[in-house]
Order: sequence, then structure tokens, then C-alpha cells
Amino acid sequence: MKNYLNCETTIWSWLSTKDHKRIGVMFLVSVTLFLLVGGVFALILRLEHLTPGPTLVSPNMYNQLFTLHGVVMVWLFLIPAIPAGFGNFFLPIMLGAKDVAFPRLNLASLYIFWIGAILTIYGVLDRAADTGWTFYPPYSSQTYTKATPVLLGVFVLGWSTIITGVNFITTIHTLRAKGMRFMDMPLFAWALYGVSIIQILGTPVLGIILLMVVMDHSFDWGLFDPARGGDPLIYQHLFWFYSHPAVYIMILPPMGVVSEIVTSMAHKNPLSYKAIAYSTFGIAFVGFLTWGHHMFTSGMSELNAGIFGILSMGVAVFSAIKVFTWTGTLYRGSVWIRTPLVYIFAFLFLFIFGGMTGVAVAATSLDVHWHDTYFVVAHFHFIMVGASLTAFLAALHYWWPKITGKMYFEGWGVAGAILVFLGFVGTFFPQFLLGNAGMPRRYYHYSEQFQALNVLSTAGSWVLALGLLLVLVTLIWSLVAGEKAPANPWNSRSYEWMTPSPPPKENFPETPRFVRGPYDYHLPLEPP
Amino acid sequence: MNDFLRRLLFLPEQASSVAREIDTLHYFVIGITMVGATGVFIAALWWSIRYRARSFEASSTTPQVQAGLAVEGGLLAFLVVLFIVFWVVGFSQYLRMRIPPRDAMVVYVTGKQWMWKFAYPEGKQTINTLVVPANRNVQLVMTSRDVIHSFYVPAFRVKQDVLPGRYYTTWFRATRPGTYRIYCAEYCGLSHSAMWGDVVALEADDYERWLEGEPLENFVQLPPGPPMARVATGLGPDLPAYPRGIAEASQPRSMADWGREVAALKGCLACHTLDGQPHIGPTWRNLWYRETPLADGRVIIADEAYLTRSMMDPMLELVQGYAPVMPTYQGLLEPAEVGAILELIRSISEPLPTPARAPEPLVRPPLPPGSLDRVDPARALEFIRETSERVTP
Repeated sequence: MKNYLNCETTIWSWLSTKDHKRIGVMFLVSVTLFLLVGGVFALILRLEHLTPGPTLVSPNMYNQLFTLHGVVMVWLFLIPAIPAGFGNFFLPIMLGAKDVAFPRLNLASLYIFWIGAILTIYGVLDRAADTGWTFYPPYSSQTYTKATPVLLGVFVLGWSTIITGVNFITTIHTLRAKGMRFMDMPLFAWALYGVSIIQILGTPVLGIILLMVVMDHSFDWGLFDPARGGDPLIYQHLFWFYSHPAVYIMILPPMGVVSEIVTSMAHKNPLSYKAIAYSTFGIAFVGFLTWGHHMFTSGMSELNAGIFGILSMGVAVFSAIKVFTWTGTLYRGSVWIRTPLVYIFAFLFLFIFGGMTGVAVAATSLDVHWHDTYFVVAHFHFIMVGASLTAFLAALHYWWPKITGKMYFEGWGVAGAILVFLGFVGTFFPQFLLGNAGMPRRYYHYSEQFQALNVLSTAGSWVLALGLLLVLVTLIWSLVAGEKAPANPWNSRSYEWMTPSPPPKENFPETPRFVRGPYDYHLPLEPP
Repeated sequence: MNDFLRRLLFLPEQASSVAREIDTLHYFVIGITMVGATGVFIAALWWSIRYRARSFEASSTTPQVQAGLAVEGGLLAFLVVLFIVFWVVGFSQYLRMRIPPRDAMVVYVTGKQWMWKFAYPEGKQTINTLVVPANRNVQLVMTSRDVIHSFYVPAFRVKQDVLPGRYYTTWFRATRPGTYRIYCAEYCGLSHSAMWGDVVALEADDYERWLEGEPLENFVQLPPGPPMARVATGLGPDLPAYPRGIAEASQPRSMADWGREVAALKGCLACHTLDGQPHIGPTWRNLWYRETPLADGRVIIADEAYLTRSMMDPMLELVQGYAPVMPTYQGLLEPAEVGAILELIRSISEPLPTPARAPEPLVRPPLPPGSLDRVDPARALEFIRETSERVTP
């Protein structure tokens, strides 16, 4: 039977495709590649920290490595991974559409992503930037390393993000199946809607200030140079105006994934559909008003600090509502404990721990001690790796049968999930304690008293790497030796499972009629 | 209990007046975090096992459970109240930490790549060692000379970023004599992790004697300074640590001497002379801040910026009359070595008629008339209070 994978097989047919599924797959392959690149950087960083002094790399190279690790992981993996990868693939199917609203723009976003990625990687190879992923001036305007290609790379990547956002919002508004109201949409679509809004509103600000830093660095404009009337603090405000909502760009799509997987695996309606949908918008909105909590020690006024502190708690309230709703969804369900759900267990623990430590730093006085220490490093890795990466892996296993037409290996899948969880906790839990003890971040050289916890963290990173490697190898092997996947291996009621695996080029063999909701588990499944 | 929890969480000693209460909030918040994360994790696991299913067919159904408004509203209210409690306690502590008491003594702090400089109103200046009396409120008036740094003393739970061109204040009261580590917490380039220092808290009497000129070694054994040179060069020999203690006096060797060594080792002296004779390259004698004609017709002041640019990108601004033969030293010189070479050039140039660098701190509070070397703490405080934006609790 013809599907989207075998309908055309030339390389050109992939490079020139306007099929959202193929574009999604190419995004997924690309981001996985960059996850590996960023992961290798991280492993070298951890190795360097085995001893307090020089271990493996020079201080300069260490500074470049943590910069590139941040840049690659944030802009080449976390931000595009779920929206551009799984979002592209599944949003039109979930809405019963044949494609996204602007298929050509969609292809363009992939090429723009690649151009941005090539610029960034070129920056890596040639005297890489050592500014940290935050590019704070005046240091970033003065550094003798080549910051410009990396800055321009991130600027270009922003365009890809914006185009994807525009595409998703238009798709959701115009291409829903006949009769599907907004409140009938799968929750993943809600998450993508929320994230698209942030992408469109936030990314231009980042683009503007990165260009300003390029002007400072390459042409000595002095826009952020205090000696010439510039203000480095303005940069921080504008940077976090984008980069704090960017955290929600990284976490809202994973939240959508969790909503889909929990309902499918528990075979139950979400405890409250409205709570999940509305809290998405709560997060997207309040997320724009909390950037100042990155700057409690930067010299903001106390009044500002107080306001940003309490607004930050608002995001935590919305996130907590989601967490309770997912957990409650399992109650009285008919639960299949499979690999995706095991990842979701890990997600729940790591996300709450990471999120609550976020509340802790928003209590302004505690942040003074923790700011720019390993506590903060551990906190955001709990959210970005613990939650986003875990949800990415959950999604990869959950939708693997649909995307590839093959089943992954259940036993290996669970083993991989457990290894990733243990490795993750082993890597990052000691970093909370390091931060408590007062070890600042971005430290090539640290005091001897911090060594034991650093060694523990490095050992954890090896377990994490082993887990990820296991996942990668077994998934690739399943393409060769995996069983053929049925159309609906989970007996889910969600719409993407109503079409064959892998789906045909037009998504559904015939125009779908969605007569029941995506979470109607109280009704028997009708033959599609 | 406090001590047990503090050790359990690896927190440093509580050596300032605010440390204890901040830690108490810390225990409370982290405790709730642990309980919350574990609780939800166990609930999810328990319901998954309790309601696990071997099979779920296309015809199977589950009951439709919908959270009632009471449950959702109740949870919401509980969370909001909890978070507001965190915030009220945290923010009131924050205000107390940020607003210096009126009776505090003042020390001026300048961060630069990569050291901390302290200047006392009494005229004393120190590098990387901040000497304060214990049990007395100390206000720091801080700035940076180059990039952003952050003054961090874990034992005091105090941290404040310093940005060039701006002035910041923070304060602390050390509760007992001792030596406490200062770190730079905001990434500031190559030797960021070697930008250490120490706060030395002395008994009030000892502090007075130190101010009057008694050496610090009489009161306290200073820990070794940051391994600056070793960190900077990565693998090189252990060059002298960064100067510490009282400026100049305890410096084992001047930067100019170090620069002479670097210039010889790196081959600079093969082309540049120190005695005023032009060679393959221009001489370094009397080069500091002199007008220098360039090959492209411009005339440039040979300041720090020009000299360092010439080391990294020699072809860019070639001096008139010299062949374009100098290789780049990009990556071959660490910034500290560049600084040492600059100091060497400065030391063999005639002093400039006007100071080349702005005196530190760059922006001083207005000095009382008739006293150029002393700053009246009361006047300084007034100035700070007038010029900074504040909320009074």
C-alpha cells in the first residue's frame, strides 16, 4: 500500500517535498543530530569537571564548549524539536487536514533552519564564541572569539521558528475538519497554538538584540557600551523578554505530548479538558510578564523584583493545575504501562521538582544565594532535559509506530527510559547541592570542596549518555527488525490513530468524519 | 535541627546576620518541593498500577471522570495561598538584604577582569581581600571597570552584579571573625573561575589596628590566592598567584617584570626593542599613549585598545614605515599575559602628563570640600539614597 514514505523515493522528492509529514521527519532527524552534538559537548564539560583544575581542555575551550552546548541545545534542539518535528507531522492529521495552511512556507522553514544551523556550526568550527548562550554585553561585544556567525545563526533560526508559528496558527484557524470546534481539538493542538503565539511575539525581540550585539562586536557601534551611553542592563531585559517565554516554547509542546500520552495510555478522558487548554494560555500570557526573575541580582529596583517575583508564581499555578489534571486522569482508567508512560512518570517527577525549585528561586531572597550558581543550572536542566527531553523521548516512542510503520522493542524501550531517568537524576541532583554549597556556574576551576559532588554528576552523565545511546540504537534497529505496526496499537481514540500506519500522503484514505471527541473513552470505538 | 538540615543540603556556614533566616525559608520551600514531587510521582504510579489493564479493546470503555469545580478551585486556592506565603516571606527578607542600614560603614568595590579591588574611605586599598570588622554593618558601593561581574559571598548569602558605568550597593554584617570566600558569579571571560577573593572579618580592635597599618598577617593566616596564572595558561608553570592582600606591598613581582618575561618567551623581543631603537617592528619605549602614524595615513593613539588589537590583528592598523610581517598572537597569548605586556610598555614609557585611566571608582560620590583623599560615609550614603530607586518596607 502506498504511504507518505514510499509514494516517491528519490532524494529530490524529499528535498522538494511540501508534505508536512516528510518535513516533520526531516526536522526530527536534524534535531536528533544536534542533540547528539550538544550531548557530546556536555559530556566533555562534565569530564573537565572531574578534577578542580585543568583536566582535559583549556579554560578558553571550556568557555567555548559551554556556550556551544547552550546554543545548540536551545536553538537547534529544544525549540524546534517538538513543534517543528512532531507538531508538523501531527497537527494537520489531528485536525483532519491534508496539510498545513502554507506548505511551501513550511518547506522554507526547514531550509532556513538548515541555513541557521550551518552558520552556527561554522561558528563552532572557527574560533567559536565564548560568551555563554546568553551573549551578555559588554563581554560579548569585546570577546576576541568569533561571536558573529553564532549570533547570525541564531538570528536566522528565529525566522524558521516564526514561520512555523504563523503556519500553525493559520492551520488551526482555517483547516479544522468540518464540525470540529476549538473545544473539540486534541490538546496537543492547543499546546501548539500557545507555543506559536509565543514564537511570533517573542522571537523578533531576540532577533533585534542579537543583531545589535553583532553591530557592537563586528563594527564597534557601542550600542551596549556604557562609555558611549549604551546600557548593558537593557540588553538583559530584552534578552529575557524573549528567553524567558522561550522556556515555555520548550515546555508547552511537551505538555501537549503528555496530555496525549496520558489519555491514550490510561484510555480515559482528561480529568479536565478545559483546565489543560486554558492553563496553556495562562502560561503563554503570564510567561511574558516574568522575565525579570532572571535579574534579581542584576540591579533592578526592589519594586520590580517584587512584582516579577509574584508574577512568576502565577506560571507555577497554571503548571501545577496541569500536573494535577494529568495525574488525576490515571484514576479509574484502564492503564497500559508502556514505554511512553514510563517516560511520563519520569516527566512528572522531574517537572514538579524542577518547577517547584523555580518557585523557590522566585521567592526573591533565596534567589540571591542561588543566582548564577549550579542550583540554577540544575533547575533549568530539570525543566529542559528532565521535562522537555523526556517528553520528546516519550513522543518518539508513542508516535514511532505511526511515523515509521514499525513497532519499537517494548523491553528495550522501558530499559532505556529507566536508564535515562536514573542517569538524569544522577547528573543533575548533585548540581542542586553544588549550588547550595555556593559553586558558581561557568567555572572552569572550582574549589576542592566541590569535587565529590562534581564526580558524582559526571558519573551520572555517563549513565544518561548510555541510556540515550540505547534508545537511539534500539529505535534504529526496530526499523529493520521491528514488527509491522497496526493502525492503532494503543487503541487510542485520538484522531491520528484513525489512519493507517504510516499514513498515506493525503493523511486519510478518505475525507475523515470525526463523529466523536478525541478523548471519548466512555463510548466504544466505532470502526473508522 | 538547623545545623542538621544545613549540612544535609550542603549549605555553607551561616556567617552573616541574614543567613539563618534565609536558610529557614530554604528548608521550608525545598521540603515542600520534595514532598510535592514525590507525592505526585507516587500517586501517578499507584493509580497506574491499581488501574492497570491487560487488554483494552476497541469496544472497551472507561467511565468519564470529570474534576468538579470545587476540587479544581480548592487546589488553585491552596497553591495560590502557599506561593503567596513563599513570596511574602522571601520578599520581606529580600528588602532587608538590599536596603543598607543607616549606620553602615562604606567600602568601595571595583570588579575588573579578573580581580576585586577594595578602597576604604580611610585611604587604604586592597586587592582580592576585603577586610571588615565583625558584627558591624558594612555597605559596599560597587562598580565594574570592564564587563559584568558579580560579587558573591556564599557564607553571607550575598550576591550583587556589577555593571560598568553603574553603581550598586549591597550590605552585610559578618556575625563572627573568620575568612570567607568571594567568588565572581557572572561569567566574565577567560579567568572568570579564578576571580576569587576573601572577606576577612576581624574583631573590632584588630580592624582598627589593621587600618592604622599593622599587617594583616598579624591577625589571620590568609589562604592561598586564586591560581590565576596556572588557570590562564592551562599547562604552563605555576607563575605567581594574583596579587592579594594590600596592594603593591605584598605583590611578589610586578606585572611589568612578568611582561618582560612573557615578551622574551613569546618572541616579541626579536622584533621590538625596549631601548628606543627601531628594529623590525617599532620600539616599545615611549610607545604608551603616543600618537602613532599609520600606513594608511591615519594617526592613532597607542592606547591599550590599539596595542592589544595590534597583537591580535597586526595587519589591520600597520604603523607607517614598517613591513607587514608580524604574525597574529591570537590564541598564543592569554589575556593576563597581554595585560602584563601592556604594563611592561607602560613601565618603559615616560609618564603621561594627565592620567591615562580614570581614577577608581569611576564615579565617586561628591567629596566633602577640603578633603580629597577621604570620603565621608555619611555624605556618600546620602548620595546613594538620593540617586537610587528604592522602596521602603
